[in-house]
Amino acid sequence: MGRYVIRRLIQMAPVFIGSTFLIFMMVFALGDPVAALFGDKAPDPATAARIREELYLDQPLWKQYLHYMGQIFQGDFGTAFNGQPVTELMAAAYPVTLRLTMVAIFIELVVGITLGVLSGLKRGHFIDSSVLVLTLVVISIPTFVSGYVLQYLFGVKWDVIRPTVSVDAPLNELILPGIVLALVSLAYVTRLTRTSIAENVRADYLRTAVAKGLPRRRIITRHLLRNSLIPVVTFIGTDIGSLMGGAIVTETIFNIHGVGYQIYQGILRNNAPTVVGFVTILVIVFLIANLLVDLLYAVLDPRIRYA
Amino acid sequence: MPDTSSTTLTATEETAAAPADVVKTEQRKPRSLWGDAWFELRHRPMFWVSAILLVILLLIAAFPGLFTSADPTKGDLTNHFLSKPELTHFFQPDWFGYDGQGRSIYARVIHGTRNSILVGVGVTAAVTFLGGLLGMLAGYFGGLIDSVISRLTDIFFGIPFLLGTMVVLNAFTDRKVYVVVLALTFLGWTSIARVTRSSVITAKQADYVTAARALGASTTRMLFRHVMPNALAPTIVVATIALGGYISAEATLSYLGLGLSEPAISWGIDISEASKAIRDNPHALMFPAGMLTLTVFAFIMLGDAVRDALDPKLR
Repeated sequence: MGRYVIRRLIQMAPVFIGSTFLIFMMVFALGDPVAALFGDKAPDPATAARIREELYLDQPLWKQYLHYMGQIFQGDFGTAFNGQPVTELMAAAYPVTLRLTMVAIFIELVVGITLGVLSGLKRGHFIDSSVLVLTLVVISIPTFVSGYVLQYLFGVKWDVIRPTVSVDAPLNELILPGIVLALVSLAYVTRLTRTSIAENVRADYLRTAVAKGLPRRRIITRHLLRNSLIPVVTFIGTDIGSLMGGAIVTETIFNIHGVGYQIYQGILRNNAPTVVGFVTILVIVFLIANLLVDLLYAVLDPRIRYA
Repeated sequence: MPDTSSTTLTATEETAAAPADVVKTEQRKPRSLWGDAWFELRHRPMFWVSAILLVILLLIAAFPGLFTSADPTKGDLTNHFLSKPELTHFFQPDWFGYDGQGRSIYARVIHGTRNSILVGVGVTAAVTFLGGLLGMLAGYFGGLIDSVISRLTDIFFGIPFLLGTMVVLNAFTDRKVYVVVLALTFLGWTSIARVTRSSVITAKQADYVTAARALGASTTRMLFRHVMPNALAPTIVVATIALGGYISAEATLSYLGLGLSEPAISWGIDISEASKAIRDNPHALMFPAGMLTLTVFAFIMLGDAVRDALDPKLR
């Protein structure tokens, strides 16, 4: 197990370097951060050159990247253009988005798996076909549409919740944004669980369990569900990364100052250190989540063992 | 191995010619994967619903003038500032009301269709070509080529899709349809490459591939005549389902101000503008949003039907 983890960590290194270099290149090669610093005015050449030298921007791109990575490993993510250290922005933004993502994943798991098990066990029945059509409809609604519609209905028309989230973003205010963020993935979780359950219902070990006379409840939770959850866990693992990055729309609609909001502002203003720093952390989150998923396989499926 | 396209054709011709003994013919004659899939598709109401929706949407995209004569860019602030919809005035400019610039929402919804569908189809074609090619090379040749392409896929997959696309798009000031297509393709090809790679690995182990190699077939011939047709199904499924997602991605980007730039008409831009006045004028948001959802729905429904038809395991 320990050796497996170490091997995986070593394999992750090239992907981490590649992804961060790619985003670094995209941000620094496609936009000019120094020009952005001056807004619409053309910068004074001497000042621009001085800033370039200060920010290490007069070097070739690969040297800039090495310099940047060196700084990151010392905990220095650079400063945003308003003079605030990027780490400070991160400390404010990441907890908020993490809470939002947790709410979304919780909803996905509880509602998605329940609906998936129900429809997978009753394949072809009325419940099954209505769940299938419902998930298709939900997948088709873009997040910013469902976000505005739900915000309008609950926040404005029926006045059940506050339409926007306050600065501290407490959990109870994150419920509706969490639902909005979860919706599309929720539909995928439902469908994955359904397919997986429907396949495993015919498995030999399930027939054995039934033949042994185990209670139905135990068969479903212990034998059927545990084995059917592998594809779902894989999906959730990759989804954590995309939810945290994709929360940008939800955060814009509900005025949540999280990761997506910061990156969005960073991109619009060509604020290179913010964008690269935040995305670097997202890449790390994504890689770690994938590693955890692989380790979870062994817990779910006793046939899988990591030497 | 039989030529798949001709089998599909004969199967359809026969059913068209003699509808009475369809069942008998279908049972006697062995059907190819594609003929089988088409047979399965024709018996699904979902497929027909999505097909009809798609035909209408394509008609709107190709000939918007057939559906409205109103000018989508002409604003009349004096008379029509955010006027409410007249739901009984079918196909009239005021059917869906007017937006914050006094422009007919109905005309804008109709004229926005083309850009959305162009982006969706364009990205899907580009992604399928690029991802399919890379996945096929990786899966077929294996070894070093596979390692390089697979790591490259991992690297591009590691960057959050929406955020990465936004960074690319921010570098362009005048964003036309092809710019958005290229930006979405830049990070979008990875899943197709992965799916194609694994199905090619399965397909190349088949006996007929070994037989073809023993008969001295060239690499190109084996790739395109033997491996590709048999590895295509999963790629097509992923591509069809993804199409709807790309349309929704374009609208999301336009909504965030980083998709198509004005004067191009995009539902995303209209929704973004309407969102500022949502409290009192939800209609300006609901109609473009509804049309967008309907379009995505039609494509995803088609993808779903195609998947069910091509994957016999789910039956």
